[in-house]
Amino acid sequence: MRFERREHRSVALVIATPVLAVLCALALAGILIAIAGAPVMEAYWRILVGAFGSRLSATETLTRASPLILTGLAAAVAFRARLWNIGGEGQFYLGAISVAAASSQLLAGLPSAVQIPLLLAVGAAAGIVLLLVPLWLRLSFSVDEVVTTLLLNFVALLFVSMLIDGVLKDPMAFGWPQSQPVADDAVLPKLLARSRLHIGLGIGFVLAVAVHLVQSRTVFGMQSRAAGLNPAGAVFAGVPLGRTLVKVACISGGLAGLAGAIEVMGVQGYVTTDLSPGYGYSGIVVAMLANLNPLGVVLAALFTAVMFVGADGMSRSMGIPTYIADVTVSLSLISMLVGVFFTQYRIRR
Amino acid sequence: MINAALDICGISKLFGNNLANDDISLSLGKGEIVALLGENGAGKTTLMNILFGHYVPDSGKVLIEGRELPPGKPRAAIRAGIGMVHQHFSLAPNLTVLENVMAGTESLWRLRSGTDAARQKLQGICSRFGLTVDPHARLGDLSVGEQQRVEILKALYNDARILVLDEPTAVLTNLESERLFSTLKYMAREGLSLIFISHKLDEVMAAADRIVVLRGGRKVAERLASKTNKAELAELMVGRKVARPVREPSTPREVVLEVAGVSVIIDGVERLKSIDFTLRAGEVLGIIGVSGNGQTTLAHLLSGTVSRDKGVVVLFGEPIGDLSVEGAVLAGIGRVPEDRNNEGAIGEMAIWENAILERLPRFSRHGLVDRSAGQAFARMIIDAFDVRGGKPTTRTRLLSGGNMQKLILGRNLIERPRILIAAQPARGLDEGAVAAVHERLLQARREGTAVLLISEDLDEVMALADRIQAIVNGRLSPPVSAQEADATKLGLMMAGEWNEEHEISDAL
Ligand SMILES: Nc1ncnc2c1ncn2[C@@H]1O[C@H](COP(=O)(O)OP(=O)(O)O)[C@@H](O)[C@H]1O
Ligand SMILES: [Mg+2]
Repeated sequence: MRFERREHRSVALVIATPVLAVLCALALAGILIAIAGAPVMEAYWRILVGAFGSRLSATETLTRASPLILTGLAAAVAFRARLWNIGGEGQFYLGAISVAAASSQLLAGLPSAVQIPLLLAVGAAAGIVLLLVPLWLRLSFSVDEVVTTLLLNFVALLFVSMLIDGVLKDPMAFGWPQSQPVADDAVLPKLLARSRLHIGLGIGFVLAVAVHLVQSRTVFGMQSRAAGLNPAGAVFAGVPLGRTLVKVACISGGLAGLAGAIEVMGVQGYVTTDLSPGYGYSGIVVAMLANLNPLGVVLAALFTAVMFVGADGMSRSMGIPTYIADVTVSLSLISMLVGVFFTQYRIRR
Repeated sequence: MINAALDICGISKLFGNNLANDDISLSLGKGEIVALLGENGAGKTTLMNILFGHYVPDSGKVLIEGRELPPGKPRAAIRAGIGMVHQHFSLAPNLTVLENVMAGTESLWRLRSGTDAARQKLQGICSRFGLTVDPHARLGDLSVGEQQRVEILKALYNDARILVLDEPTAVLTNLESERLFSTLKYMAREGLSLIFISHKLDEVMAAADRIVVLRGGRKVAERLASKTNKAELAELMVGRKVARPVREPSTPREVVLEVAGVSVIIDGVERLKSIDFTLRAGEVLGIIGVSGNGQTTLAHLLSGTVSRDKGVVVLFGEPIGDLSVEGAVLAGIGRVPEDRNNEGAIGEMAIWENAILERLPRFSRHGLVDRSAGQAFARMIIDAFDVRGGKPTTRTRLLSGGNMQKLILGRNLIERPRILIAAQPARGLDEGAVAAVHERLLQARREGTAVLLISEDLDEVMALADRIQAIVNGRLSPPVSAQEADATKLGLMMAGEWNEEHEISDAL
C-alpha cells in the first residue's frame, strides 16, 4: 500500500473536501459534547440559533467574520507564495493603533469621505511595514520568517500596550489602558442600522474577489505562484524573486493591517490589548481551511465566525464550555488538512 | 529453480485499463547481476514494487529461495532479505547516516536504542563492501552519490541478500556511476544477488551478467551480456530500429558569441577561471566534462542567472554587460537548463504557463496575462514538437521526462533563437527521446542557430558537435575540431591534459 499523487483533481473533490472536513469535525466534536452530558443534536441546533437565531446574533456573526476575511486573505496570499507570514496578529494590532493615533492626533476634523479612506490606508501601511522587516531579514540574511513574524506579534502587542498606557492613553477612560478614540467622522458607516455590522464586511468581499482576480489573471499573480511553487524554476524563468515577494508582503501585511483598522473604526472605536480575540492567528486557520483560495476564505471565515458566536449562545443555554467552538474549529482544520492530503494523493494497493 | 535466489512467476498488474505488467517471469541466481532494461513506462518500477510488496499483483507470485512471498507485505519482503534502493530516495536529510540506517529497524517500545551495536554492525558492513561513509555525518550534507550509498547500506543493514536498484544512475555523475558498478560487482562476488534497473544501454552492458528487456509491460527478451550488443538491445527495447542522428557537414557562419577571459566567483569559489570560446551561427560547439567542473555555472552565465566577475562577452558583435534572463530571451538566446524538473519547468503549473513564463511581457497586456494567446502558443509547441501526454492546461508534472524536454526545447526553438544554450539536454531520457532531442538540435543548427551543447556524454558530443572544448575544474581547453577528436583524445582533455601553450598565451 502506498500513497500516490493524483493526476487529476476533480472540481467536485476540491469542493467536497472542506464540506466533509467540517462534517467530520462536527461529528468528532459531537463525541465531546456527549461526554459533557448534553444532547448532541440539540447542542448543534443551539449553535445555529446562537449564530443566526435573531437579527442581533446574525449581524454579530457577520461582524465577527469581517476581520477574519481580511486576516484569512492575508495568510492565503502570503502562503501561496511560500511567504510564511505568521505575523497577522501583530500586523492587525499595528494597523489598529496607527489608525487610532492618526485619527486622534493628525486627521481629526477632516470630513468622513476623506478621513476614512486615509485611515484605511494608514492601517494597511502599518501592517505592510511590520511584514517588510522580516521579509528584508529573509532576503538579505536568510532569516526564517516563521520565527521573525511570529515573534514580532509579541513585540507589536507590547508596543501597543506601551502606547495605550502612555502617549495615546485616553484621559477619559478612568485609568483603563485604552487608546484615545477615533474621531466620530472616522467611524465606518453601518451596513444595518441598530447593529454593529459595518461596511468592513463589504470591503472584505470586494478584496476577496480582487485578490482572486489578481492571483488568477495578472502577471504578478502568475509570478508569485511560480515563486511559491518552485523558486529555482521561477528564477530561471526570469521571475524577480525578491521584488515579487515584496509585493506579496505588501498585499499580505496590508490586508492584516486593514483588518485591524476596520475593527477599530467599525466596532470598538478605540484600541485595547484585547481588541482581537486572535484574529491574526485565526486567519491562518481560515486560509488553510480555504485551501488558500481567496473566495474560499470568505466561506471559511463565515464558518469560523458561526462557530465562535454560536458556541457562546450554546454555552449559555446548555452549560457546555465555549471551548467547544475552539475544539470544533481546530478539528475542522485538522480534518481539512487530512482531506487536502487525500485530494492530492490516493491510496494504491 | 533450486539455486535461484529469486523467482518471479507470471506477474501481471493492471492499472485501470493499462496493463503495466503482463505475465512477466524471471529468475535471479545467487551472486548474479540481472539488469532490467526498458524505456520509461515499460513497467520496471511496477514489477519491483510488486516484488517489494508495495503493490499487490493481479496474478502471479514471487518466490524467494523457493518459498512464496505473501503479496502486498513490505515487511515480509524485507524479512525475506529483499532490499530496495528507490528511484527517489527515502531518507531523512536531517538525520545522521547512522540514524537513517537504523530508522525503522528498532521497536518503538524499546527504551534504550542500540546505537553502539548498530554502529558496529554498520562499520562491519562498510568495511566488508568497501563502502566508506561517516556514520555521524548529517545526511543532507552528503553528495547524491553518498546518499545513495547510504540507501544501499540501509538495505544491507537489514540483512538484504537480494538488492534491487531502481534507476540508480539517473542522479549520478559518470564517475559516481562507475564507482557504483564496481561496488555492485563486488557485492555480487560476496554472494549478494542484484537486480539493476536502467534504460541506459552502456550501463547494463557494463554492469550486468544477464539482461532482461521489458517493453510495454511485457518481457520481450533475455540475453547474456556477453552475447549481445548495444544495437540489438536498443532495438529490443524500443521495438524498432532507432538510430541517433549524426550531424552532416556544414560551413559555420558569422561569430555570434565571443567569450574572453571570463571568470565567475560564487560564494568565494572560482567556478569559471578565465574561459575563452567563440560560437558561430550554424554550428554546434560541444563543451564536454565530468559534471561538477563548472558546466552549471557556464550554462547559468549564458542563461542570465549568474553574472561574471571578470572578462568580456561579445554578443552579436557588441560587448555586453551582465545578461538578465529577460535580456537573454529578448536577444534571442534559447535556454535549456540541465535540471529539467527544478529549473526547466514548474511542475505544478500548467503546460501553457510554463510555455510563456519566461516571455510574460509578450503574453500580457497592462499586467494581465493573455490566457488564450498563451494557450495557443502552448498548443503550437505541442503540435510542432510532438509533446505527448498533455493539453495546454495539463499540469506539467504529468509529462514524462522526454516530453517535458520536448516542451522546453519547443518553447525555445519555436522562436528560432539565434543562440541555443543546451545543458545536458538528453540526460536521463530514454533512447527514443534522446534521438528526438538530438534531431531537434541538429535541425536548429541547419537553420542557422548557434548551439552550445554542454554535456558529459561523449557519444552525444561526438555525434553532434562541430568543435569540442573540455571543461575541467573551471578551465576551458582550446577547441578541437570534430575530425581530430576521438574518444582517447577527448578522454585526455576531460582529464585536464591539453596543450599548455594555449594557457600561456591566455595569461598574456
Ligand atoms: N500507480 C499507478 N497508477 C496508474 N498507472 C501506473 C501506476 N504506476 C505505473 N503506472 C503505469 O504503468 C506503466 C509502467 O510504469 P512503471 O512501472 O513506472 O515504468 P518504468 O519504471 O519502467 O518506467 C506506465 O504506463 C505507468 O504510467
Ligand atoms: Mg521507473
